[in-house]
Amino acid sequence: MSIDLTRATAAQMADALAAGETTSVALTQAALDRIAATDGDAEAGIHAFLHVDAEGALAQAAASDARRAAGEPLSALDGVPVAVKDVLATTGLPTTCGSKILEGWVPPYDATVVKRLKDAGLPILGKTNMDEFAMGSSTEHSAYGPTRNPWDTTRIPGGSGGGSAAAVAAFQAPLALGTDTGGSIRQPGSVTGTVGVKPTYGAVSRYGLVAMANSLDQVGPVTRTVLDSALLQELIGGHDPLDSTSVVEPLPSLVDAAKQGAAGDLTGVKVGVITELGGDGYQAGVRARFTEALDKLVAAGAEVVEVSCPSFVHALAAYYLVMPCEASSNLARFDAMRYGLRVMPEGNDSPSAEAVMRATRDAGFGDEVKRRIILGTYALSSGYYDAYYGTAQKVRTLIQRDFEAAFASVDVLVSPTAPTTAFKLGEKLDDPLAMYLNDLATIPANLAGVPGMSLPAGLAEEDGLPVGFQILAPQLADDRLYRVGAALEAALEKEWGGPLLDRAPEVATLTSTEGAL
Amino acid sequence: MPDITRDEVAHLAALSRIDLSDAELDHMAPQLSVILDAVASITGVVGDDVPATSHPLPLTNVFREDVVTPSLTAEQALSGAPEVEEQRFAVPRILGEEA
Repeated sequence: MSIDLTRATAAQMADALAAGETTSVALTQAALDRIAATDGDAEAGIHAFLHVDAEGALAQAAASDARRAAGEPLSALDGVPVAVKDVLATTGLPTTCGSKILEGWVPPYDATVVKRLKDAGLPILGKTNMDEFAMGSSTEHSAYGPTRNPWDTTRIPGGSGGGSAAAVAAFQAPLALGTDTGGSIRQPGSVTGTVGVKPTYGAVSRYGLVAMANSLDQVGPVTRTVLDSALLQELIGGHDPLDSTSVVEPLPSLVDAAKQGAAGDLTGVKVGVITELGGDGYQAGVRARFTEALDKLVAAGAEVVEVSCPSFVHALAAYYLVMPCEASSNLARFDAMRYGLRVMPEGNDSPSAEAVMRATRDAGFGDEVKRRIILGTYALSSGYYDAYYGTAQKVRTLIQRDFEAAFASVDVLVSPTAPTTAFKLGEKLDDPLAMYLNDLATIPANLAGVPGMSLPAGLAEEDGLPVGFQILAPQLADDRLYRVGAALEAALEKEWGGPLLDRAPEVATLTSTEGAL
Repeated sequence: MPDITRDEVAHLAALSRIDLSDAELDHMAPQLSVILDAVASITGVVGDDVPATSHPLPLTNVFREDVVTPSLTAEQALSGAPEVEEQRFAVPRILGEEA
């Protein structure tokens, strides 16, 4: 049986490679052709990629094929191509974080997760678009123009990792890496009908991830199926001595959990529906698909109960204090001295370093980045520190306690991933607070460091757009996400007669493909 | 309390080393007021008895053996520099106008 070279899942591609039915070069070329045909540029097309590395990817693919032919040891995903969010350092490939301040910067080292991809033989197709420094929920804050949602190109693909999610949803890549600080893997997954996982904080190395908020940032997989996410997280996860916040103890097998879940039996699993993350403020179609998914879990044998997490109502406010405080400090490194953009102020023959830094940061940062830096600087100022940052840290404790209390009585918690389906491009661009509200349901997991997954729950009848279902588990129990997620995915796909993405409209093929490569 | 004036935003921008234009200040000050208004809702929701959490994991300091490991060469470290001189980062003068 031959596979479709772009629409197959990563697991199917790996099986086909192992069976000698295809080659990594064929898979990589098919992905590159698909990108060339559909990705376009800032003006038209999906625009999931900021840089495509056809030459490098094909060389890595040929090397994987050669190792296979020589009978050398191979990784579980050897030869399967992958896309990488542009916030992760890659030698030989630009790493811009969607910002003008890093335009053209080529890092002299690889992020640990990128090194693990290369060591495992996954050809890297290119770098995916994102909100500048991962600040946003729509990818519209990219300095290089927005990514468009493959389901409807007038709508947002989510953010900040809209590029990775759109690339996977548009069959440009079977796998991608994302990063999630407040929902940047899960919310794009939700609005593009794909699977995204934020692992336990520290379960995947952050070395080489350009930091936004260190105590919240996490790298994770972006895929079309739960099993593919499990395969990718197992490959990139595990302790890294280069990341001092990396978790030492290994996680239970995620692939085994996904396979166990796919068998469809959730007898004995206790699922808690979070009272505070639902109801008013959530779109009718989102609530309807969420409720139906709960019925599927019950049918699979799970016990579903309602659980209250009263402090979650303060999570958004706490997040939008903690995150800007950490971001304002982190982004101080963009000082125009050692790397990145340097802009000389006008009308000054011999400007000071400080004047150069001020001019550079004005020219190099976009509006949202400036807003968050200033907000963080304000909240950390003497006189406000205790009231804002101090209180936010205490609220964080309350949210952790809510999770602890909830997980004492249930195995996983669930909610809709996002309150709405994909909104229109431009709709919330100049209303930062409305944009922030998109992260309502995803933020608590980051504040507490627990793992979370979003997977497709169906389409909202009012707009025909994907709805995401979120599963949360205790720290280091990422396997529970995969077990419950795979069971739900199997039950839903049985009802749909195939994956949700089969129902997505065909992505337009562009007449000119010059923009992509 | 959270209302933030245009002058305050200008001061914070200076502290943040960002030259905001007048137009940017006009645009940003009211936006920041709205955001601060929303986040200020948490002031006072917790008592003094609640400890602060700065980090999701209970981590202690991580040490390694004090041995030399491979690191970037000077060329690699300088590869992204806006200006290089004699294997060093070349920077504008660091003293202020009045110095």
